[in-house]
Amino acid sequence: MAKTAPTILGLSCPAPFPAKDTVLLGHGSGGKLSAELVRDIFLPAFDNPALARLDDQAVVQVNGSRIAITTDSFVVKPLFFPGGDIGSLAVHGTVNDLAMGGAQPLFLSVAFIIEEGLSVDVLRRVVESLQRAAASAGVQIVTGDTKVVEKGSGDGLFINTTGIGLLEPDVEMSANRARPGDQVLLSGSIGEHGIAILAQREGLQFESTVESDSASLHTLVASMLNVTRSIRCMRDPTRGGLSSTLNEIAAQSQVGIELDEHSIPVGEEVRGACELLGLDPLYVANEGKLVAIVDPVIAGPVLAAMRGHDLGRQAQIIGTVTASHPGLVTMRTVLGTNRVVDMLAGDQLPRIC
Amino acid sequence: MCLAIPGKIVAEELRNSLRIGRVQFGGIVRETSLDFVPEAEVGDYVMVHVGFAISKVDAEEAERTYELLEEMGVLEGELPPA
Amino acid sequence: MKYIDEYRDARIARGLAKAIANCARHNWVLMEICGGQTHTIMRYGLDEILPRQIELVHGPGCPVCVTPLETIDRAIALALRPEVILVSYGDMLRVPGSDLDLFRAKARGADVRIVYSPTEAVTIARGNPDRNVVFLAIGFETTAPANAMAAWQARREGLANFSMLVSHVLVPPAIRALLASPENRVQGFIAPGHVCTVMGYQEYEALVRDFALPIVVGGFEPVDLLEAILMLLKQLEEHEARLENQYVRSVSCQGNLPAQRIMQEVFEIADQKWRGIGPIPRSGLRLRSEFAAYDANKVFDLELITADEPAECISAQVLQGLKKPTDCPAFAMRCTPENPLGAPMVSAEGACAAYYHYRRHARAS
Repeated sequence: MAKTAPTILGLSCPAPFPAKDTVLLGHGSGGKLSAELVRDIFLPAFDNPALARLDDQAVVQVNGSRIAITTDSFVVKPLFFPGGDIGSLAVHGTVNDLAMGGAQPLFLSVAFIIEEGLSVDVLRRVVESLQRAAASAGVQIVTGDTKVVEKGSGDGLFINTTGIGLLEPDVEMSANRARPGDQVLLSGSIGEHGIAILAQREGLQFESTVESDSASLHTLVASMLNVTRSIRCMRDPTRGGLSSTLNEIAAQSQVGIELDEHSIPVGEEVRGACELLGLDPLYVANEGKLVAIVDPVIAGPVLAAMRGHDLGRQAQIIGTVTASHPGLVTMRTVLGTNRVVDMLAGDQLPRIC
Repeated sequence: MCLAIPGKIVAEELRNSLRIGRVQFGGIVRETSLDFVPEAEVGDYVMVHVGFAISKVDAEEAERTYELLEEMGVLEGELPPA
Repeated sequence: MKYIDEYRDARIARGLAKAIANCARHNWVLMEICGGQTHTIMRYGLDEILPRQIELVHGPGCPVCVTPLETIDRAIALALRPEVILVSYGDMLRVPGSDLDLFRAKARGADVRIVYSPTEAVTIARGNPDRNVVFLAIGFETTAPANAMAAWQARREGLANFSMLVSHVLVPPAIRALLASPENRVQGFIAPGHVCTVMGYQEYEALVRDFALPIVVGGFEPVDLLEAILMLLKQLEEHEARLENQYVRSVSCQGNLPAQRIMQEVFEIADQKWRGIGPIPRSGLRLRSEFAAYDANKVFDLELITADEPAECISAQVLQGLKKPTDCPAFAMRCTPENPLGAPMVSAEGACAAYYHYRRHARAS
């Protein structure tokens, strides 16, 4: 199954390796490098069954109730972008991690790490946006923390959250539950968050009305769970794009996934930006979409429920889980040929070649 | 290499005696240098590489050759076995 | 998107594939020069729908892959200086130097910034008068006019803090060197359509004449490449050797004259080392002496650094189409995009990276 190459301890290799002795930006992009950090550093240290599932949230038992816990950190730059800001992103991202496990999100903690010199007005705007997002998602910010770091040590503002939610007794969703024959459902068009951010970036700017799709998905999830409790798995593809999420599911369930390029919705602006910069939308970040692995028998009704919800109007069935090529995601191209949808090592970079 | 994509000129201006166009690619628009395509005007399509238009798309030629291709697509039908 | 979607039409692609299958009566070895064309072939699985008689080999059309190791090392050395902002196209960031790459240099504190266009590099210089901005200006002829404009613009404005580390390569000398090699197996070429958009295709007429083989200038979408292959095939089956232009919507015989003029004003032809291949005479571009103030090689005191490629890397043979990436014992094992042994595994359209991202499981299975 192993998709990453043997690391520096491949003693048979005579050629010199660039040493991985420093953490790189790529380690935070949600792709292979991130997975390596988890596998090589974090898992061995923190080993326990709840963690080992490696889902977006952990499920623990407390006095007979199943509680979902998640933690997340938000380091987005710029702090304010079309469709949101670091505050609203923090709420939606945390709520979504809980919702992907089928939990009803209830409480959030919010910790601010502020760079010395940040305008108080900026902080106020972020906090107000955070509160609005929390209110509309029906969650309460119940505790928090503040630290200030020296100028130059941060990107203005970082936010860390912890979210707590309650799981219904009969909901059991996890990335290791996909089975051959299952359908892969996607709630809407991909790449909007990533492109909204990129459009503002120095050196790459372009004019676009794309807004981040950042949104809380728990009510969409609830409408799907109303149709059936036995959805195998839900994930919200964030950094690393749809590809990373599907590769993770394929790896954890030890199944193959076959996508159909035709059915993956991509907005016109995201398309134009990706063609211009040489990016593949499958690897561009989202913040308000979900992927669900569903038994084929109920895929139709679940899809209908999604399309009946504001955040799922463009939902599509985009592929199938297969027993072939376990751990690998492939795609039938618009030409009818097949290509592999590999997991990226780090961030996707714009190219001129 | 040489990622160049076709875009439509939607506006143009002269800035410091350089011809700059606003060129539309799908749903987005980007500033693009038009200095290498003096014959291109608003409404034309140009091939753009790293922010510079390097050719004006020859619409007539494209249409002519495309008609032939379409005929081939209609006539030939199924994908040959691998 | 107009002029893109039509050339990804499945029915037309299948029609072309069928015509190719009907036409191919013998085995032929064809080469596409341009990395972008390699990328399309892999991305759309075109080699899956071509008949077995056609063998596609991939040429050295990846300027990222062939940028000399010294240039990467110099860029990294400059980037690590605190007063320097190193500006580059995204493609170059993961190309391995002797020790680091620009990405890892960034992790060590280097100010490395990505731009889509060279005009952005000049903008960064204007906006940071107290820093030295060095632009890593690489590419084939396609990118040369734009890179030339950056130097021209900087000189016009008298910018004191902008310079370029230039590594430009020219395609026709490389093809000539390839064809002159006794190990060459290529019988027909797809010439790079965007290089020819700038330069025209007169230089390729000479190659057709001297080596008596067909060359078709091809575009970059699946239909373009299939059509170019069909055109090559028809010639080969009839024992013809002519220059043809498939990419008529963008390429003319004389190319883009204003673009060529700025290239000639700013650059001159020079000998150039191709990483993985070696030196090819008069196959590169360097800044003319009038632009010495904008030549990073002259502005900065850069020691000449040479280093050997890892012995395992067979990029020389891959870039010349003599071996496929999957022929390399290190492929997907010791050499991966995260830990590349050579440049073709790094660039998005380097042959090894393309094979890895789109094809690796074919080797594993």
